[in-house]
Amino acid sequence: MTTTDTDTRTKDTPAKSPRALARDRRRRSAARFWRQYRTHRAGLFGLAALALFVLLAVFAPLLVGADVQSVTKAPGLPLEAPGSEFPLGTDKDGRSMLGLLIWGARFSLTVGFLAAALSVAIGTLIGITAGHYKGWYATVVMRITDWFLVMPTLVLAIALASVLSRSIWTIILAIGVTTWPTTARLVRAQTLAVESRPYIERAKALGGGHSHIMTRHVLPNVMPLVLAQTTLVISSAVLTEATLAFLGLGDPTVTSWGGLLQDARDSGATTKWWYVMPPGIAIALVALSFTLCGRAVESVLNPRLGASR
Amino acid sequence: MTDASTGTTALADPDGPAPAGPSARGPRGRDAVAYLRYGAGKLLGAAVSLFAVLVTSFFLFRIIPGDPVRTITHGRAVSEEQLQALRRQFGIDKPLWEQFTQYCGQALQGDFGNSYQLHDPVGELIWNRLPATLLLTGTAFVLYSLIGVWLGTRSAWRNGGLGDRFNTGLSLTLYSVPSFWLGLMLINVFAVGVGFVPGMFPTGLMETGDGSTGLAHALDVAHHMVLPVVTLVAVGYAQTLLVMRSSLLDEMGSDYLTTARAKGLRDTLVRRRHAVPNALLPTVTLLFVNLGHVVAGQILVETVFSWPGLGGLFYEALSIPDLPLLQGLFFVFAAGVILMNTLADLIYPLLDPRVGR
Repeated sequence: MTTTDTDTRTKDTPAKSPRALARDRRRRSAARFWRQYRTHRAGLFGLAALALFVLLAVFAPLLVGADVQSVTKAPGLPLEAPGSEFPLGTDKDGRSMLGLLIWGARFSLTVGFLAAALSVAIGTLIGITAGHYKGWYATVVMRITDWFLVMPTLVLAIALASVLSRSIWTIILAIGVTTWPTTARLVRAQTLAVESRPYIERAKALGGGHSHIMTRHVLPNVMPLVLAQTTLVISSAVLTEATLAFLGLGDPTVTSWGGLLQDARDSGATTKWWYVMPPGIAIALVALSFTLCGRAVESVLNPRLGASR
Repeated sequence: MTDASTGTTALADPDGPAPAGPSARGPRGRDAVAYLRYGAGKLLGAAVSLFAVLVTSFFLFRIIPGDPVRTITHGRAVSEEQLQALRRQFGIDKPLWEQFTQYCGQALQGDFGNSYQLHDPVGELIWNRLPATLLLTGTAFVLYSLIGVWLGTRSAWRNGGLGDRFNTGLSLTLYSVPSFWLGLMLINVFAVGVGFVPGMFPTGLMETGDGSTGLAHALDVAHHMVLPVVTLVAVGYAQTLLVMRSSLLDEMGSDYLTTARAKGLRDTLVRRRHAVPNALLPTVTLLFVNLGHVVAGQILVETVFSWPGLGGLFYEALSIPDLPLLQGLFFVFAAGVILMNTLADLIYPLLDPRVGR
């Protein structure tokens, strides 16, 4: 990195292309961002925990193999207490809880990421366009947003999940479609603030069209906010996914943390601590990690918030 | 967390109510007129939202697959004619638009039809279950508002200190815990009993049903309520704490606090008389907005604790699917949120003169 940096500087000092300039600026601001983020201990903890969970999820097939999910090939007795063979005991079908837990990370994280991506994408699109195009479009869109805001999110998600067929996409859709209004409102407020700045007027005077202004000027300015919002949405998406699975609205063919808890409750094994504790702690840890990251990002962007370090 | 940002962004809406035009009357009269106009606008908006909810509640649950008539008659020998008769009785043999107009007409009169499974009017079922939910929600709400505001104030005042870090850390951790899981754990430890901890608090329904009356009955209900309330408070107080904390932090640098200190006021007085009242404003709005959502959010806790409230009713209705009951409950849940939002909108200008003028 450093060698190419000096290379370009010595060669192109007189005429650096605008693209290279922009790249440099972005790299510098990313480095600045990281330097400030690093001072937030809670944020670092969240990031580290997330990295661990993501690694576990990605390498689950190598670590434990897909066989742990099979009911017919279950190696242990039902509801065996933790021992040397099964560090976290077995579930109602005699499968290793530790293996199931690692496989569950895959599903929970996938749903969390995709649902949040969907939710934030809708929210950003609606927020930027509603802030940019004023007039009837903004009025109509913001009325729809307000209407979604008063809908009890969980009730709506439950209704959607029970209406559609049981699959991972249903859950992602149900969460994504019900949680975007918050992002839309945040992004719209930020868009309005950005658009009142003089450089937008300058861009307009130079002939910049709607899409140019929205993608080149407004979007980069709302991106940091969107990033912070995304991590917070992921955290609530993971919780909602677990909730839906616990209510029996999840995909029965995959292993998920909420699903494990539902199994435990349905089989009346809620008093077996090794069955009930680990999935709940895993859900809470992942949700907490995302929240901590989100708060750290937020306080880097807005130091007045003074999030605890 | 998401709700917290909702509250603040709703306030930061730059397109807020337009300032009222000049009036010939004195400043007070002008204020009153402006407030009435503002309030009327909010009420109109609430009415539109209510109607939208009514429409949604109808169509949302019509697309649930599954034939309610078959679910109800499950396991019994019924002829095709009987099925048809049942369908006619429920009114689901007519075309959709006809059902819809009928539904809207009746709903305006407060009639949501009869439950498929329990055969009682939906309004009556909801009415019977409402007190249990309100009792649980109300208690939890009061508790977590007080705890959140108190801890939030302490956290912000000693910002960055050990207590602040502990408080925010603990509240965020509890906020990340799934409510139903916390409920299960509490049942395990305090209702069933683990190790040296005896099963102290009974759960399941509201009362033991031993026919006790008066004070004994009230104590019995309170005893049953401890664990669900603890669950709701533990999961819910973080939002209040964080909003109170950040709005107090926003006030902390203000000049009027420096002035108050320069007058020689003690630290506690500066906090209690000057900083906290101003910081309470956004928190109050958030609390109102949340109160609406709390009722709907109890579904899980009520299900886990078998609390005889609306959340449990919703869960039962979902498995049939008991369309009239689901519609009615959905409407009540959403109407609660709208009601609370409107109340917050109406109260806010009275608390903060900068809004709504």
